[in-house]
Amino acid sequence: MDHTNKHIFMTILTFTIILLLGAFVAGLLGSLTGLGGGVVVIPLLTLLFHVDIRYAIGAALLASIATSSGAATAYVKEGITNIRLGMFLEIATTIGAVIGAVIAIYMPTNTIAIIFGVVLIFSAAMTVRKKNEHALSGGSALAEKLKLNSTYPADGKLVPYKLTNIVGGFSLMGVAGILSGLLGIGSGSLKVLAMDSMMKIPFKVSTTTSNFMIGVTAAASAVVYLQRGYMDPGIAFPVILGVLCGAITGSKLLKRMNPKTLRIIFAVAITLVALEMIFNGFQHKF
Amino acid sequence: MKQVFSKHYWGDKDISLLVGQILRIGVIFASTILILGGILYLIVHGQDAVPNYKDFVGEGNSNTTITGIITGAFSRNIPQVIQLGVLLLICTPIVRVIGSLFGFVIEKDSLYIIITLIVLTVIIGSILSGVKG
Repeated sequence: MDHTNKHIFMTILTFTIILLLGAFVAGLLGSLTGLGGGVVVIPLLTLLFHVDIRYAIGAALLASIATSSGAATAYVKEGITNIRLGMFLEIATTIGAVIGAVIAIYMPTNTIAIIFGVVLIFSAAMTVRKKNEHALSGGSALAEKLKLNSTYPADGKLVPYKLTNIVGGFSLMGVAGILSGLLGIGSGSLKVLAMDSMMKIPFKVSTTTSNFMIGVTAAASAVVYLQRGYMDPGIAFPVILGVLCGAITGSKLLKRMNPKTLRIIFAVAITLVALEMIFNGFQHKF
Repeated sequence: MKQVFSKHYWGDKDISLLVGQILRIGVIFASTILILGGILYLIVHGQDAVPNYKDFVGEGNSNTTITGIITGAFSRNIPQVIQLGVLLLICTPIVRVIGSLFGFVIEKDSLYIIITLIVLTVIIGSILSGVKG
């Protein structure tokens, strides 16, 4: 409540333009770092615009769907998304997403903000980690049974890869789904962790498959949030359009540059933002 | 005509290309509606003060139910025109799942037909469980 006096009169036009620009930057950074647009939208709306976190979560879910669907059109051409794997893991993430969206109704907003901050720090750390580049040749029997082993194109050849620890990966996906539904984010970093570190999938496949899954997971909880009244048209349209343009620009830039330095700078910045979210959460400012 | 439904005609890659195409059209369609609705919103309300987003009140029925959004949008109510774009955007990943189901049916992959149907059931169940009068 202590922000009330600092508020100057702002017209809807000004609000929309600033939000549009902010969402553009969120989409751009989200796609360059692989964090996804939704993660940046929540601190942007809550810390900068003092919007209630529930509206922010609704908008972030839409941003996640926009980046996922927008980027997917570029990915499918390359044929590296493992649709079977994505669909199988979607059972865990969609059920998790619905559970998360229901928990969100009963959980105090300050607690949600604190959990969000913790997940944000984890995601930031994940963007600078070492990636799994090689394909596994000896997979598990369950992977064989579920027809999850596949190939991906690299240097004009098809590289075969196999999967392991399906049960562990599936369980972690359930957790990713719950967080996604609770916080309105794509939980891309947790999805990639499940696929890269547990199931030993090459990162080229895990990033695109995770992107495919983010849209579906977000849609499962988005319908709950839409019906609960968390999605406001005045916030939704600048956020979706801004994030979408930013993500498309980001994916074009990615083909020409290696954003390694940017990733580190961004990881540090996002950690600071996350600490502020956690601090504000403990101060009951949400 | 028969060959259109054969596995030979639709390779794995063609299906993902088709689904990708559906996604692209869906996103373009949703954004066009959002741009139109957004411009109208700014023309009418651009000079008004920003609503109080700091305190959560939630949206009314016209913005949260499918029938509310569609009837509102067709009566050219600006907020519902925007919500229609939002609704279309939410539908794009769901359409992608349905597209994959189509692919698995053609491949006669019964295991993945079941898996995809489970995913669709969860999503549809989530839509129906929240439906308000």
